[in-house]
Amino acid sequence: MTDITLSRIGALEHIFPNPDEYLFITGLAGPARDAAALTNDGPNMFTMAGCMGAAVSMGLGMALSAPTKKVCVIAGDGEMLMNIGSLATVASQAPENLTIVCVDNGGHGETGGQVGHTALRTDLAKIADGAGIANVMTVSSSDGLMAAADFVKSGVGPRFLWLRVLPGDPTSFKRNMNPMECRMRFKTAYLGG
Amino acid sequence: MYETVHPHDAWSRTVFQQLKDAGVTLFSYIPDAGNARLAELAEEDNQTRVVLLTTEEEGIAVAAGADLVGEKAVVMMQSSGVGNCPNFLSFVKGGGFPLLMIVSMRGDHGEQNPWQFPMGQAVEPILDAMGVITFRVDKAEELEGGMSAAINTAFKGGCASALILGQSFLGAKAF
Repeated sequence: MTDITLSRIGALEHIFPNPDEYLFITGLAGPARDAAALTNDGPNMFTMAGCMGAAVSMGLGMALSAPTKKVCVIAGDGEMLMNIGSLATVASQAPENLTIVCVDNGGHGETGGQVGHTALRTDLAKIADGAGIANVMTVSSSDGLMAAADFVKSGVGPRFLWLRVLPGDPTSFKRNMNPMECRMRFKTAYLGG
Repeated sequence: MYETVHPHDAWSRTVFQQLKDAGVTLFSYIPDAGNARLAELAEEDNQTRVVLLTTEEEGIAVAAGADLVGEKAVVMMQSSGVGNCPNFLSFVKGGGFPLLMIVSMRGDHGEQNPWQFPMGQAVEPILDAMGVITFRVDKAEELEGGMSAAINTAFKGGCASALILGQSFLGAKAF
């Protein structure tokens, strides 16, 4: 069993020192709060607060529709497992501009910290690799964050970064959870720019 | 020279042209006899892209991702796949995403497989419950108008819509 020593707090800030370069889609719960803190809930990010399992597919639709933009999906382990087939869809389409970061705390933090599959026997890196994602990296300590920052900006996508973090509260950040406002905010910023 | 023409070739060409004229670039689908020819046409065209899904709900999210950057998508599925979509229709309704679906029916007119009836009969109630406006095609003459209405509802009206291709239009499979 890999020794996990990485705290989720501040981890994304190390990996994405220039978040304005990306279009972000996030899943729900803790990873959405970590990600919203990264961009200060910026207009280049669409976060979800429901529809668990949708993030990777939404990122795929965006990456295929905006091939010159860097698109990044940030989602938790529960979100990934709820729609794990989406990794096969991503692999078959192979969008070079898509990066997926799974912030994996090994459980369901939002609902009381129930143990998840990745804290037991499930290896998301092997699943991503087996789905056909060409570039897969696992980081579980702060020593790996610089390499992770290189990983997301080098080579071609699709990339899958498995960020294994300690259980613990996500970043304390209150984001806009109105889907209509967030959609219009994103579209206005993207299409107006 | 002998050539096999796909049984759904003619109407699929009509619908494909309507979708292209409306600016649809992304065609996502789970294969079904009723959407097979349409997917082939989108695959053959160099301005449109086809995304093979693993579950129909993925297509709902793919379409939303396209919308956020100003592109248009269609999601094609068999009626059974509608049962995989309702939760993701939440962001469609809440966010006002212009979703366009094409559903080829089973469990409908002339069905012989008992497994298909429960979901087939629930397609329109489910879509109605989640705020997707449905346009049903039972006769060939209803096709073009129905497709046009569904396209306009989604991309001009900004409301999710689904074209429902009934089995009296598509034909029922014998078992």
